[in-house]
Amino acid sequence: MADEVILLDYWASPFGMRVRIALAEKGIKHEYKEEDLRNKSPLLLQMNPVHKKIPVLIHNGKSICESLIAVQYIDEVWNEKSPLLPSDPYQRSQARFWADYVDKKIYEVGKNLWTKKGEEQEAAKKEFVEAHKLLEQELGDKTYFGGDKIGFVDVALIPFYTWFKGYETFGNINVEKECPKFIAWAKRCMQVESISKSVPDQDKVYGFMVEIRKKFGLE
Amino acid sequence: MATANQEEVRLLGKWASPFSNRIDLALKLKGVPYKYFEENLANKSDDLLKYNPVYKKVPILVHNGNPIAESLIILEYIDETWKNNPLLSEDPYERALARFWSKTLDDKILSAIWNACWSDEKGREKAVEEALEALKILEDEIKDKKFFGGETLGLVDIAANFIGYWVYILQEIAGLELLTLEKFPKVYKWSQEFINHPVIKEGLPPRDELFAFFKASASK
Repeated sequence: MADEVILLDYWASPFGMRVRIALAEKGIKHEYKEEDLRNKSPLLLQMNPVHKKIPVLIHNGKSICESLIAVQYIDEVWNEKSPLLPSDPYQRSQARFWADYVDKKIYEVGKNLWTKKGEEQEAAKKEFVEAHKLLEQELGDKTYFGGDKIGFVDVALIPFYTWFKGYETFGNINVEKECPKFIAWAKRCMQVESISKSVPDQDKVYGFMVEIRKKFGLE
Repeated sequence: MATANQEEVRLLGKWASPFSNRIDLALKLKGVPYKYFEENLANKSDDLLKYNPVYKKVPILVHNGNPIAESLIILEYIDETWKNNPLLSEDPYERALARFWSKTLDDKILSAIWNACWSDEKGREKAVEEALEALKILEDEIKDKKFFGGETLGLVDIAANFIGYWVYILQEIAGLELLTLEKFPKVYKWSQEFINHPVIKEGLPPRDELFAFFKASASK
């Protein structure tokens, strides 16, 4: 019996993009269902009753929620090709640590950068640069965080790059100037097919951010 | 018994912290000998700053000189390194569920209860409402299982140590009734199984001392 894989997602969500990339990397046939976040489907509410959020991976009727948990699940089930996590327990713990850092820090500093004003925004800029410099340090001389091929941390982090045009415009920041190694890594990632075909382009996300700012009076 | 390849396992922790305690419990469940160092968070050791420069927090596990930070990440490392008494199932779906519940405990449930216990009069009503909602989520999940992991203690049970033990102390100090037999019979029953588990019982910090510690914090 063939596997039935469904992804409940929202096109602009960096968290959703992570799961899309993992599915693409493993070549997993799946059905993509776009959710209207202002009018969540009964399926979403049934499959993620605790958080009611996307992304939700549904595999043969069973739901897996939280993007990094879904990516690990994908890595463990479809384990014949393209491993995303290293096999050594210590290396795995470090990959999990940095992916968790992306969750704890990167989403927040990015959000603050394009939604805050004045002093708060200045503080957000500083934090944004610091966080990305730390990631540059962790990357070191590697091609990807995963080494020669993309891994768990690359998958966790690259989606946020699609939001950079908005971060730079509204945050008044030139990321390439501040963190050139980070941008070089991001551009390398965008050359990887499973990533480029799974994420929207920066212009489309920028348009979305413009709409949000209008809607919430952030201008 | 020392051998040429003696493994060195060190835990930098804080005795009153449930996050730090999680690691004690896991190491004890696996029978892993380790050295414990109590950190004074007002005067962090050089080792702490060296081993966790990103967050500068405990717990930190140092295994043969290699540091791991963040309690849930440390727990998975311990489970993958010492394979006896597994904390996680081999089945990927069960593993995903265990990770989900551990994360939900950390992201949503623990903070709701903690906030309620430390809330001031102004925020109290809302905070208590959120704490009760959080406990309801757990009540619905535990159902009639002996442990969150099923018949045996697992990752989620360890991650829920705050619920099994700390909550009773904190709610008493705050003068609240959040987790009670009447309100959440299943979670209450689970908590009794948890604290009476032979290894857990020995691994939790002493109640009186924990009570005194948090009572003192409450008076500040």
